[in-house]
Amino acid sequence: MTPTPGSVPFDLVEPAARPYFDRWGPGLVVYRPAQPAGSGGPPHGGAWVHVGEDGRVRAFAGKVELGQGVTTALTMLVAEELKVLPASVDLILGDTDLTPWDIGTFGSRSMADAGAHLRAAAAGALQFLRRWAAERLGVEPGSVRLDSGRAMAGEGATARSIPYAELVAGRSRIEPVPSESHPSPPAEWSVAGRPASSRDGAKVVTGAVRYTSDLRLEGMLEGAILFPPTFRSTLRSLETRAAESIPGVTVVREGGFVGVAAPDRATARAARGLLRAEWEVPEAPGEDGIVEYFRTHPKPPDDHWDLDRYAVGDPAAARGASAIALEATYTTAYIAHVPLEPHAAIAEWVGERLTVWIGSQTPFRVRAALARTLGIPNERIRIVVPPTGGGFGGKHAEELAAGTARLARASGHPVRVTLSREEEFTQTYLRPMAVVEIRSGADRDGRLTAWECITWNAGASAIRTPYRVDHQRVENRPTDSPLRQGSYRALAATANNFARESQMDELAARTGVDPVEFRRRSLDDPRLRAVLDAVAARAGWTARPRRRGPRSGPSTGRGIALGLEKGGRVATYVEVEVTASRTVGIGRIITAYECGAIVNPRHLEGQVEGGTIMALGGALGEAIHFDRGRILNGRLSAYPVPRFLDVPPIEVLLLDRPDLPSAGAGETPLIAVAPAIANAIDDATGERIRHLPLLPGGRLPTGARATDFATPKN
Amino acid sequence: MTGRESPCSRPVTGTLRINGRERSISLEPSRSLLEVVRDELGLTGTKYGCGEGVCGACKLLVDGVAVRSCLTPVGEVVGRSVTTIEGLAGDGRLTPIQQAFLDEGAFQCGYCTPGMIVAATALLAQNPQPSEEEILSAMQGNLCRCGGYPRIRAAIRRAARGSSAPPSGDR
Ligand code: FES
Ligand code: FES
Repeated sequence: MTPTPGSVPFDLVEPAARPYFDRWGPGLVVYRPAQPAGSGGPPHGGAWVHVGEDGRVRAFAGKVELGQGVTTALTMLVAEELKVLPASVDLILGDTDLTPWDIGTFGSRSMADAGAHLRAAAAGALQFLRRWAAERLGVEPGSVRLDSGRAMAGEGATARSIPYAELVAGRSRIEPVPSESHPSPPAEWSVAGRPASSRDGAKVVTGAVRYTSDLRLEGMLEGAILFPPTFRSTLRSLETRAAESIPGVTVVREGGFVGVAAPDRATARAARGLLRAEWEVPEAPGEDGIVEYFRTHPKPPDDHWDLDRYAVGDPAAARGASAIALEATYTTAYIAHVPLEPHAAIAEWVGERLTVWIGSQTPFRVRAALARTLGIPNERIRIVVPPTGGGFGGKHAEELAAGTARLARASGHPVRVTLSREEEFTQTYLRPMAVVEIRSGADRDGRLTAWECITWNAGASAIRTPYRVDHQRVENRPTDSPLRQGSYRALAATANNFARESQMDELAARTGVDPVEFRRRSLDDPRLRAVLDAVAARAGWTARPRRRGPRSGPSTGRGIALGLEKGGRVATYVEVEVTASRTVGIGRIITAYECGAIVNPRHLEGQVEGGTIMALGGALGEAIHFDRGRILNGRLSAYPVPRFLDVPPIEVLLLDRPDLPSAGAGETPLIAVAPAIANAIDDATGERIRHLPLLPGGRLPTGARATDFATPKN
Repeated sequence: MTGRESPCSRPVTGTLRINGRERSISLEPSRSLLEVVRDELGLTGTKYGCGEGVCGACKLLVDGVAVRSCLTPVGEVVGRSVTTIEGLAGDGRLTPIQQAFLDEGAFQCGYCTPGMIVAATALLAQNPQPSEEEILSAMQGNLCRCGGYPRIRAAIRRAARGSSAPPSGDR
């Protein structure tokens, strides 16, 4: 894609003034306006659909494709609503000049947000097509049949049909989604809801896909950024002469940013190596002091996600009066996203207008950040998101965009910056470490009586318990972090769910009730019961109380956990085998997942499988080690992400609910994996591990037993 | 490591046979093959993932053997035959392995896919009917962060069977 200098981003002009027809020819446009952040009410993206006289349908949404299959799924929804073949739909995503505003591709919102708006816009467009076809065919709109891009009337010999292209020929109609437009119910879907393979697959398997790091512009330079030793460090002094004496090298220092641009990457890195910088490096805690640091360094909440706080009844008193009471603290380590393609960006200025190609989950946020940092209006910035090699919540990439744009502006050339793997580990941001404290009570019949949960530094997602309990208090406490942290696929939900589902098992063990039965007794949500039952049935789960007390020698165990988040319901079953040398093999995983109506089962299954595998990494071995703000293991060889041999057989059970709106699958399938494994390890060994990763260095930690029996009240 | 800054590394001209074509390039023998292939020859299907030999994204074939190009000094392959992902499909026809990846939907973001296909190509060339363990150990050096392992395994099994059967259910 080439930049179009002087053009104005579509989202910044009135719908009627957008040059749709100049770009894509005459036709019909139906749009649903976005509701940007700060405009009152909850923000949501928009959508527009262009039905062209060239026979193509162009559908626009502000999401981006990160390999999660959103392109295929959204294409199928548009094809479904417009009654056209998927092959005649062009889906345009990830370009701030052409698409509606969108908050970003995270939080599993693509289907609920873009999916719903695109369906509405496409269903709205269909109404106009139906009406126009009725006029042309001389029949009532209700008797027009629409299929495969054609409108039809009559039967047999008298049947007549008109292609959509002809219906829209010569028109330039721009309409909002009519209020009476109703997308078709999922139960009637014929295209969506069936397996579909990914479009552009042939490009993937022949190496023809161009990711940002593969793109090259005429006259492009390579950039390298001088990163601080820790993220709170500030630059005291900088000596640039030696670097600048290399021919073709530009050194840029603007505010806290320092970087170089050079004709090739080796020169850029060599020049960066010649920069002499002195940094002010503030004190920061190491791993030993981190839990205490969180408890003593509160921070005001960032946004409404952080704000969860909920109380009902008197949990302390209820717990005091309970037959069984527990109290335990659970922690999860900082971990890294490790997208296989490290961050990359290219910036080019054409006159006053800036285009940035970047692997980012939040192109509109990047645009706003650039406008702020560079002091230019949004209108003069275009962000394009090429195919991106993984995000997982780790690619918001605002600072990289700004740095690359600065290098391009100063050097007068397009500039590309690609991070090395080490930079990806140490200079982007991490999944926050979490500390979760739970105090709970149950009666002798195995019913929950009290529940208190306080979470430090993870966030509020999934902090509320889905189990029925009369006395409860939950609270999220945002804290300062000595390492740079940010979003991650299912971050807080993973921590909060790990803590809750672990404690549920610990309670079950003490009440002597089978862990599945124990959950059922306090579970009202029928959809959660359904995933739990599905997994238990597939696993052949037979009720028996959790074994208690330490055992030694090789043993096997089973564990189950469930979770509810972002509209999806998940239950995971795991079998483990613990060897005499305290390694743990995962024998089998079953995950049941339900997220409403299924749009694309093949992709959904892949998402659930992939999410389960990603969760295995964080559950078993992944951890960032650090000391005084410095990351100590920022290399792939020092950071164990799951590989072929680490992945057990995974069975995915998808529960389809065509009567419910579709929710996403990018996050929720991860959240029951870690507690299911912890529960299975306890079942096998009698040892309760309350820290993720469960197997630091590949083995059960020694001393786990000590923490097991130290904290609970009885 | 490649010792990129080694003082005895001076530019020479060499011939590489890449994807069936002779390419004469001016090269520093110690530069990594990955850099030369991507930056000099513009064959960007071969990916960078770690630079230290542990992700497999940079794999290509040297005389039919899968090699991690990030660790291979270009001087070592002068005069030998190099095949990148772009060179596998002849006249636009996918190889059975490429087709099997497509049929099994064995990718999400697709960034690991070239390295995976190269590794699988080398495996099946040498061992057309690998056991499950042989597949796993041959592929263990290739990372897929999107968690595509079950489908990648299924794709390799499928290519080994040489069948046009529908996607296998057993993963
Ligand atoms: S880039 Fe060569 S193995 Fe990772
Ligand atoms: S498909 Fe994304 S890394 Fe494998």
